[in-house]
Amino acid sequence: MIVDSYRFLPRSFRPIYEGRGPFPGEESPVWAPFAKRLGASRIALLTSAGLYLKSSQPPFDVAREQDNPEWGDPSWRSIPAGADPADIAVAHLHINDQDIRADPEIVLPARLLEQLASEGVVGSATSEHLSVMGYQDRSLEGWRQETLPKLIKWLGHQQADGVILAPA
Amino acid sequence: MMPAVAEERRAPRIVGVEFPFGHAFGMPGDKSMQRRILEPALRVLAGATAFGTRVDIDIEWPVPLREAYKAWQPKEPSPIVRKFLETRG
Repeated sequence: MIVDSYRFLPRSFRPIYEGRGPFPGEESPVWAPFAKRLGASRIALLTSAGLYLKSSQPPFDVAREQDNPEWGDPSWRSIPAGADPADIAVAHLHINDQDIRADPEIVLPARLLEQLASEGVVGSATSEHLSVMGYQDRSLEGWRQETLPKLIKWLGHQQADGVILAPA
Repeated sequence: MMPAVAEERRAPRIVGVEFPFGHAFGMPGDKSMQRRILEPALRVLAGATAFGTRVDIDIEWPVPLREAYKAWQPKEPSPIVRKFLETRG
């Protein structure tokens, strides 16, 4: 079975995504072998669904995006694995967030990952996971220069061996 | 959700699902479905032996296409879509 990548995309948007090739400068393969056993590895999750904690974090800046549709907030949030689902909110103007608010596990399955750790499928899960807002400036400049180095550093502090990137 | 785009953008390991946007791990409340995505994703992360490994997961979205197509979209068009529609006239 081959997944139809455009099944849920409006037909007129397909050319925006299809046949665009790699970003300039990213033509060459990047490969990091995963040397450890999965059952001995510490795993982190990253969602691009724009999750944040209502009680303690600011939402992603959707007001600025409303004023400047080409811009997307490149900042990031860390979401504790044990966060109360009722405290998890969504700031993302490109999706209907109703199902995510009902069950954040559909974009950030932190509790499921904890369960897999308890079963020994993975060694452990990081105590916090990452959230970004997936709509970004086409140049990805803010993302590359500011966000990505911080995320990599953060993952190092969390002693993550691998990260599952989940697009929204 | 768009594994073909991930391939074009040179993602080293890809797990494809034919799900609507905002539902990378499946239906809300369906832990069994969510596990059927996360577990293979972990296996691909740790077990893929070469760049460009892609595994598509054979799960049909359990909502009729017409309904699901509308359901994932925001109630108001996003700013860039609104701009696109205005430009198109």
